[in-house]
Amino acid sequence: MSLDKDQVQQIATLARLKLSEDEYAESVKKLSRIVDFVDQLSQADTSGVIPMAHPLDVAQRLRPDVVTEPNDRDHYQENAASVTDGLYLVPKVIE
Amino acid sequence: MALHTMTLAELTAGLESGEFTSVDVTRSLLDRIATYDAKLNALITVTGDAALAAAAKADADRAAGNVGMLNGLPVIHKDIFCTRGVKTSCGSKMLDNFISPYDAAIVERMTAAGAVVLGKANMDEFAMGSSNETSFYGPVHNPWDLDCSPGGSSGGSAASVAARFAPAATATDTGGSIRQPAALTNTVGIKPTYGRVSRYGMIAFASSLDQAGTITRTAEDAARVLGVMAGFDERDSTSVDAPVPDYLGEIGESIKGLRVGIVRQHFDEGLDAACAVKVKEAIAVLESLGATTVEVDLPNIDLSVPTYYVVAPAECSSNLSRFDGVRFGHRAENAEDLFDLYCRSRGEGFGDEVKRRIMTGTYALSAGYYDAYYLKAQQVRQLIADDFRKAFADVDVIAGPTTPTPAFKLGDKVDDPITMYLNDIYTIGANLAGLPAISVPCGFVDELPIGLHLVGTHFAESTLLRCAHQYQQQTDWHTACPEAFA
Repeated sequence: MSLDKDQVQQIATLARLKLSEDEYAESVKKLSRIVDFVDQLSQADTSGVIPMAHPLDVAQRLRPDVVTEPNDRDHYQENAASVTDGLYLVPKVIE
Repeated sequence: MALHTMTLAELTAGLESGEFTSVDVTRSLLDRIATYDAKLNALITVTGDAALAAAAKADADRAAGNVGMLNGLPVIHKDIFCTRGVKTSCGSKMLDNFISPYDAAIVERMTAAGAVVLGKANMDEFAMGSSNETSFYGPVHNPWDLDCSPGGSSGGSAASVAARFAPAATATDTGGSIRQPAALTNTVGIKPTYGRVSRYGMIAFASSLDQAGTITRTAEDAARVLGVMAGFDERDSTSVDAPVPDYLGEIGESIKGLRVGIVRQHFDEGLDAACAVKVKEAIAVLESLGATTVEVDLPNIDLSVPTYYVVAPAECSSNLSRFDGVRFGHRAENAEDLFDLYCRSRGEGFGDEVKRRIMTGTYALSAGYYDAYYLKAQQVRQLIADDFRKAFADVDVIAGPTTPTPAFKLGDKVDDPITMYLNDIYTIGANLAGLPAISVPCGFVDELPIGLHLVGTHFAESTLLRCAHQYQQQTDWHTACPEAFA
């Protein structure tokens, strides 16, 4: 199944990716090729097969709900582009 | 014997006898990297001063009788592993400015065991690629032929070990990213069982498939490093709480009576004929050591690549949503609003292949397509895992080729994602089923190395290492060194 430019635009929006015009053209072509390729899966008879949830067939381990992390905020925020008073700054969200 | 040619085992013997110090070894390898890496581009960051300081500490520890399993031994970490105070880029512009505030679990464990970190290895961006060509830092060249790819995504790790920059490097494997580059560079690469090694501090790609392992020149060295890396870590929710066998201690045991499965589909027209001959010769060596061969069937294995290219992109689209230009990583300038900040930071920070996989995954998970793609793929994945389970009722390991061909030229496959994806056709099954697997050098085709691939049952790393080690006792492929790096 081929994808068209509108679909790729919708996917890019969902994925929060800004693409150039060239990238759109290339993406339409290559994503269509990938979708065609994975469409082979439809041949497999999977009626009654339980989808794999974990490669080792075990349940996720839980831990007690207690605080284990020390507060190291200042250290972590050294990697942020814009912070003030321990807060991350972003463009205005609410007018 | 020159220090750079030595394995971890040989270096350990020399350090123990006092023939040389870790500072001697570290200095010698740093010199090699400075001289030769311009040809390979195998390293993104060299941590020379820190390495010499760590080596001096290792020598002092040894003098004081405090000798860890990796005391004074030089290693290189794939740049997917967080290293405190050192740039951790994951091969991406997105993280070009990222200085990790903490160490990954395996970095911690290896450092505590006395390892000396020489630097961080180049890799495909976010480990998405099979040729190292998707790296923001440019491709790595194969030491056996500089026009060829070393494979990927752990291409920098593999090229470093092949070129004798270090006797061991860490690596990660989501669909073949340890074993394929190992095969294409004449090195040993092991991907352990899913959950065997902690993924804490290992930048996530596809969390139900990712696993950390090693690239070395011998299985014996792999056993030494894996013994340090493996084990339970409560910080990784998929880490398995099971005892770690003495891989190094068990490696000398015979493989007499080992049942080796041969998958018919692995030797069909997809495999280069000369590679098939070499792999069959390698299996004959296992037989000469007392192993028996049995033909086994994996009826759904042909669907492993399409299954992977739904599951892995779906998980990557979710994992990589954390890169938002706010808390760390690349941030676009002069954003109009928050949406624009997200879209442009990600559009500018990610390369083509990463964007493609994020979009493939977003599509597969989007409303109306989830059942047809993601759910279907997880069902087929179950079928593939069941096939392996049935096969392992009759055999202890499954043997075959690691790759369909030897190393390909840089630039050859970069324009067609599907051709590139098919390079991992023999390795992906182990990731889908969470099984351990190893690639060991088994000869040369057109003067380029290829690998024998062995897959085991869950937690059978010891069997794989033993089998590879016994094979290496009978063969000398792994001792061959690329001429330009002798």
